[in-house]
Amino acid sequence: MSTTLEIKDLHVSIETKQILKGVNLRVAQGEIHGIMGPNGSGKSTLANTLMGHPKYRVDSGDILVNGESIISMTPDARAKRGLFLAFQYPLEISGVPLAQFLRSAYRAVKDEQKSEAKGVGGEMISALAFKKKLEDKLKEVEMDPAFAKRYLNEGFSGGEKKRAEVLQMAILEPAIAIMDETDSGLDIDAVRKVSEVVARMAGPKMGVLMITHYQRILQYIKPQFVHVMVDGRIFQSGGPELAQMLEEKGYEWIERQAAPAVS
Amino acid sequence: MMAAKQVLDIDYTKYNFHDSDATYEYKFPRGLSREVVEQISQIKKEPDWMRQFRLRSYDHFMSRPLPTWGGDLSTLKFDEMLYYASPTEKKSRSWDDVPTYIKETFDKLGIPEAERKFLGGVGAQYESEVVYHNLRDDLAKKGVIFLDTDTALREHPEIFKQHFGTVVPPEDNKFAALNSAVWSGGSFIYIPEGVSVDVPLQAYFRINTQNMGQFERTLIIADKNSRVHYIEGCTAPIYSTDSLHSAVVEIIAKPGAHVRYTTIQNWSNDVYNLVTKRAYAHANATVEWVDGNLGSKLTMKYPSIYLLGPGAKGEILSVAFAGKNQHQDAGGKVVHLAPLTTSRITSKSVSKDGGRTTYRGLLHVAKGARGVKSTVRCDALLMDEESRTDTYPYNEINEDDATITHEATVGKIGEDQLFYLMSRGLSEQEALSMIVMGFMEPFTKELPMEYAIELNRLIQMEMAGSVG
Repeated sequence: MSTTLEIKDLHVSIETKQILKGVNLRVAQGEIHGIMGPNGSGKSTLANTLMGHPKYRVDSGDILVNGESIISMTPDARAKRGLFLAFQYPLEISGVPLAQFLRSAYRAVKDEQKSEAKGVGGEMISALAFKKKLEDKLKEVEMDPAFAKRYLNEGFSGGEKKRAEVLQMAILEPAIAIMDETDSGLDIDAVRKVSEVVARMAGPKMGVLMITHYQRILQYIKPQFVHVMVDGRIFQSGGPELAQMLEEKGYEWIERQAAPAVS
Repeated sequence: MMAAKQVLDIDYTKYNFHDSDATYEYKFPRGLSREVVEQISQIKKEPDWMRQFRLRSYDHFMSRPLPTWGGDLSTLKFDEMLYYASPTEKKSRSWDDVPTYIKETFDKLGIPEAERKFLGGVGAQYESEVVYHNLRDDLAKKGVIFLDTDTALREHPEIFKQHFGTVVPPEDNKFAALNSAVWSGGSFIYIPEGVSVDVPLQAYFRINTQNMGQFERTLIIADKNSRVHYIEGCTAPIYSTDSLHSAVVEIIAKPGAHVRYTTIQNWSNDVYNLVTKRAYAHANATVEWVDGNLGSKLTMKYPSIYLLGPGAKGEILSVAFAGKNQHQDAGGKVVHLAPLTTSRITSKSVSKDGGRTTYRGLLHVAKGARGVKSTVRCDALLMDEESRTDTYPYNEINEDDATITHEATVGKIGEDQLFYLMSRGLSEQEALSMIVMGFMEPFTKELPMEYAIELNRLIQMEMAGSVG
């Protein structure tokens, strides 16, 4: 019973500018997809639109989770259907301890899912049970337990913020995780460490849509499918070797391939 | 604020605290006059000095114009107000008269029936009287005095007279003069030298129907090296037919003493709440005002601390929440009159649905007050385009070695912040509540847990727009 995410001929604008010009993609729980592309190709727009950021407008096309259209749904409704977005620039929320936030998010996402599945009123996870779960997950993502008391992302370094995103992913256990340039702002070692954690989580329980500029992260989180976005569309899809080819030939090469013939 | 654990079926008439079988003939007219003031003093059977004090205050009130700064006071009708109500009159209001939104709030806050009736301004004393009696016995053993102000005047005249009106004289401002003329009820606390009271003393332990009175007068005297925390008010909305609440609070912290005064005010939305709160902190004493303003139509309140001796410390932590048709004009004043004194003012305000918050603060460092350190931080959060916030800080620094920092921020709830939280499954309302509670966290973490929990619930309700 795996969750599927389908993107059908999606056209998205921000204010007057159209950024996505017909994206088609299908991701299933259990699959790992990589999306690469030059700046301005629409990768982040795609990620944010999937999660429902209000500033992006769907002009036409559809996004479906398990066959159900989600384009009119609020971000929280999408989270409850098993989607998660690891932000490129995670927001700081002052005065809200990370542990408290995680517990609220967990209750919001999980209890609803549970009650839907069982058809009964979901039982709220007890504080003690959650504390144990949090401790386990902190270990799993190799994060210092002291972070639990700190305010959400406040004063965290870039690497710490990315790791906190992964911690949230570990707690919420989404069916499909969209990761928006998780490797940006991280040094070589940090990329490897964060990737190893995500690689352990990815698989039958969690599908991954990994958006990245560089192919390095895809060496650790090995995708079955790689797609290249150019100018608001997926220009080419292939296997992991596509990422390798991009690394060798560069984005300029593929942009030239994608450009309409001048004649 | 603690929910009453059981509703005891007690015959409360045996707990009468005052001569409420007032066989008094005099029927109080509306409006204020010398005669009304005289009658108040007479009903209370006060000593002559207090009667004179009231009359002198009345004269000053009449001669003083309304302040033109601050909120809009033009609709106050002094002639139509009732300045004294006997306890029995107060008791006779019915639960049916309490507005629906207030009853609904009680429901949502999980406050049991008997307590609701009390907080709704209805009904007589109730269960916590028993708590009060036990607490009193405990404190009495330590020499602590905790009484309503009327009783304290009767039972402890010398210490009362020595300190009463010394921190806030009637001439201080028009509303201090009014309170000084017609005051009734409030708390009187005396902590003897070296005594530390570990349990917070709470206003609603003082069971007497004057509890939520219009013109409360509170006096706290903490003798040398003593320690006390007093909590006034609670988060449940106080329904009142009185349109004006004008209280005065005086605190005297003698050398080495530590006094914290916590207020959460949630008066109903048609009340004018104009309060004068002032503390004297002597050498090495600490005074902390923790001031939460959620209700009322207009609040004007600037808790202040005079630092009178070296090493004295003052802290004011203020939170204001203004919803539709509300104006919270709040802040604080610190006056450094001695060297090596320190102070901190932290103000957090939230405006929503066209509400208005104003921060008004004074920092004064007198000549001769060397080595002063002070930090002021005021942050405002505007939740929408209709709401408004203003900041009026006044710094009067007369020594060149003072270390003063002042930070002010005004922000709105970012779309990205909201999206981030909602993407984790939180509804818009839950996300807004979380952001607002995070914003108010420096305040909430200073509250006893029960208050913090209730305050959080109240904020969530405000976000849902379900509070009237």
